[in-house]
Amino acid sequence: MSLERIDRIIDKYADEKGVLIQLLLDIQKELRWIPKEAVLRINQRLKIPVSEIYRVASFYTALSVKPRGRHLVRVCLGTACYVRGGPRIIDSVERTLGIKPSETTSDNRFSLETVNCLGCCALGPVVELDGQYHGRLTPANIGELLSKYK
Amino acid sequence: MQLLNSADDLEQLRRVLMAITDLKKPTIALCGSTGCEALGAKEVVKAFKEEFKKRNLEGKVDIKETGCLGFCEKGPRVIIMPEDIAYFKVQPSDVPEIVSRTICNKEIIERLLYIDPTTGTTARHLYDVPFYKYQNRLLMDNNSKVDPKNIEDYIALNGYKALAKVLFQMNPDQVMEEIRKSGLRGRGGGGFPTFQKWDSTRRASETPKYVIINCDEGDPGAFMNRALMEGNPHCILEGFIIGAYTIGSHEGFAYVRQEYPLAVENMQAAIEQATAFGLLGKNILGSGFDFEVKIHRGAGAFVSGESSALMTAIEGRVGEPRPKYVHTSEKGLWDKPTVLNNVETWANVPLIINNGAEWFAEIGSAGSKGTKIFALAGKVNNTGLVEVPLGVTLRDIIFKIGGGIRNGKKFKAVQIGGPSGGMIPEQYLGTPVDFDEIKKLGAMMGSGGLIVMDNDTCMVDVARYFVNFLCEESCGKCVPCREGLKQARRILTNIVSGKGEENDIEKLRQIAETSNAAALCALGQTSANPMLTTLRYFADEYDAHIKEKRCPALSCKPLINFYVDPAKCMACTLCSRNCPMQAIDGAVGKIHIIDQSKCTKCGTCFDVCKFKAVQKISGQPVPPPIPEAQRMKKPIRKEN
Repeated sequence: MSLERIDRIIDKYADEKGVLIQLLLDIQKELRWIPKEAVLRINQRLKIPVSEIYRVASFYTALSVKPRGRHLVRVCLGTACYVRGGPRIIDSVERTLGIKPSETTSDNRFSLETVNCLGCCALGPVVELDGQYHGRLTPANIGELLSKYK
Repeated sequence: MQLLNSADDLEQLRRVLMAITDLKKPTIALCGSTGCEALGAKEVVKAFKEEFKKRNLEGKVDIKETGCLGFCEKGPRVIIMPEDIAYFKVQPSDVPEIVSRTICNKEIIERLLYIDPTTGTTARHLYDVPFYKYQNRLLMDNNSKVDPKNIEDYIALNGYKALAKVLFQMNPDQVMEEIRKSGLRGRGGGGFPTFQKWDSTRRASETPKYVIINCDEGDPGAFMNRALMEGNPHCILEGFIIGAYTIGSHEGFAYVRQEYPLAVENMQAAIEQATAFGLLGKNILGSGFDFEVKIHRGAGAFVSGESSALMTAIEGRVGEPRPKYVHTSEKGLWDKPTVLNNVETWANVPLIINNGAEWFAEIGSAGSKGTKIFALAGKVNNTGLVEVPLGVTLRDIIFKIGGGIRNGKKFKAVQIGGPSGGMIPEQYLGTPVDFDEIKKLGAMMGSGGLIVMDNDTCMVDVARYFVNFLCEESCGKCVPCREGLKQARRILTNIVSGKGEENDIEKLRQIAETSNAAALCALGQTSANPMLTTLRYFADEYDAHIKEKRCPALSCKPLINFYVDPAKCMACTLCSRNCPMQAIDGAVGKIHIIDQSKCTKCGTCFDVCKFKAVQKISGQPVPPPIPEAQRMKKPIRKEN
């Protein structure tokens, strides 16, 4: 674990107030999770208690204290997507990947999360894959979409 | 880039921009926002660029990626100027034809126009489309005209004129008076009078004072703020700077949820460009007023949209609300006086300054002035963003603008106000939508989400859905919310699973009343609404689930079975081939039977059957399988 990457991110926010969440979001993007080494480094440099850092990291759903897979599948279960068949999409994804939400496939290829509204309600049901939005999905075409991600 | 040092500089730049704009030059305006992007808009842009290169039209036709116009259902959409032709559902394969026929030869391609599903008539221009015709798009209209990453587009359309007026022709007292007379109320859900909030912070003696844009928009089904911030961030920024000046704040935060990366990107670009032009930062337009804005990204917590929780999130802590007897307008961010307003509230400010409070107060209803953007979604034909004067009825929004219920089904209810709102049934469709009228029905208008539901939606399951959502999103600080919602979820889950008991309804009412009275913040207090409105208007559904173990909407999986009607089955094997659990026994010519022990009720067989032979049954046992001998579709001939 290179502390250099973590230090570079901390340096960006050096003098600002209230940066913990922004800092953790950047670490999450860079490393795909918040490892213990990152927590200890933040504690060392910014003097924020370890318990406080873990409290924040475990409160917010965008942050993960467990490693995430190479590809993040986020199935929207917001109300509009829900009434348009979102639960059937999540069932289909669970069946195809063999994991439940908050889990990662054993080959580290996919992590699955549910999300409550991506703001594309007119196109529901929606799935976000690695930051790309896919709308008008059906249990039939979701499998084909997933197979494109190695 | 040009540093503007006075109101005259701004006006001069505006004149130059208008003079160099050739209104007759062909331009293609495509939506560059998240919705159309999800439908492949970027590939359409690429196709246009390639086609222009092929035909040597580069430089002769402009391409502009503009903001969201809200009719996401029909995206990707393309508007061709100067003729103002609107094409919908455009694919890359349509592009060569659009270029050769419409751009070069000024011919219309009928199949790409909007076609009314009932009358078959087409609409050539955007505002001929029924979805847009009946709206009053004071806030959203500019979304089709500006490239959100180019401040000059906004300036050319009178952008920042209101700011210049406030800085040089008005004083803060006069601005406050305009806001008061306008009657503007907060657009985030609370509907609190904007004047009162600003006044409280203005009068507070402590410094520094802070101002915040709330773009957390956590209500599932709401995407109004996304469209405004992605599509025209400067209209929000302008209102924000005016507010900061009036209140006496020099530091502002734009809190944007991390689920909106394009909104973060476009707002960041807007801040940088406004600063470079002298419209933000030090000595704005040479007035001596300094104001800096920083973006703070959310990290995926619905409760952080609550104003006091949002402030603790900006402080880098867990988003937990505070008791409301401490007014954040006096002790907010870092315990200093703070004004927090929703994106749409800030966006209304330049309109009020430019057009006057009297003009604004004439739009809307008696207690709710101005327009409101609604996100219309669910089982409706025209899903998208609808901007109408407050006071327009639910019926007009859902049927006149929304085009009624899709797939020929029947309206059952509309969910309004997100998880804090409630379900409104058919008999109240004539209700005007504003802050006060909807409250009388036990719901609230909220931030503007409207989810339309038809007969296939189970109201008990919807109540369970919202209670589950709130349970997951509860910060856990207060007992009524943390414990009450957990128990309510357990009871509702039991009911939809066929384990409901007689006194469950009474228990739900008690939990709802306790949360309403004693929870720390609006999340807990309004969690009663989904439960109480469904109990009030759909008590019969609860009864069916509890007493008969039956789901009238045929939706709750534990209470339904899929069954192949032998009289209708054509033994085509379509369902058995598509069943992911191989639970259907059958062959060509042999009537199919679903093995209930293997069936996971995914509904695939119901979807694929072309003969409506697959039925959903609830509240009664599955008929026993027909005898083997009767399963053959053709009689077996005896060999002679």
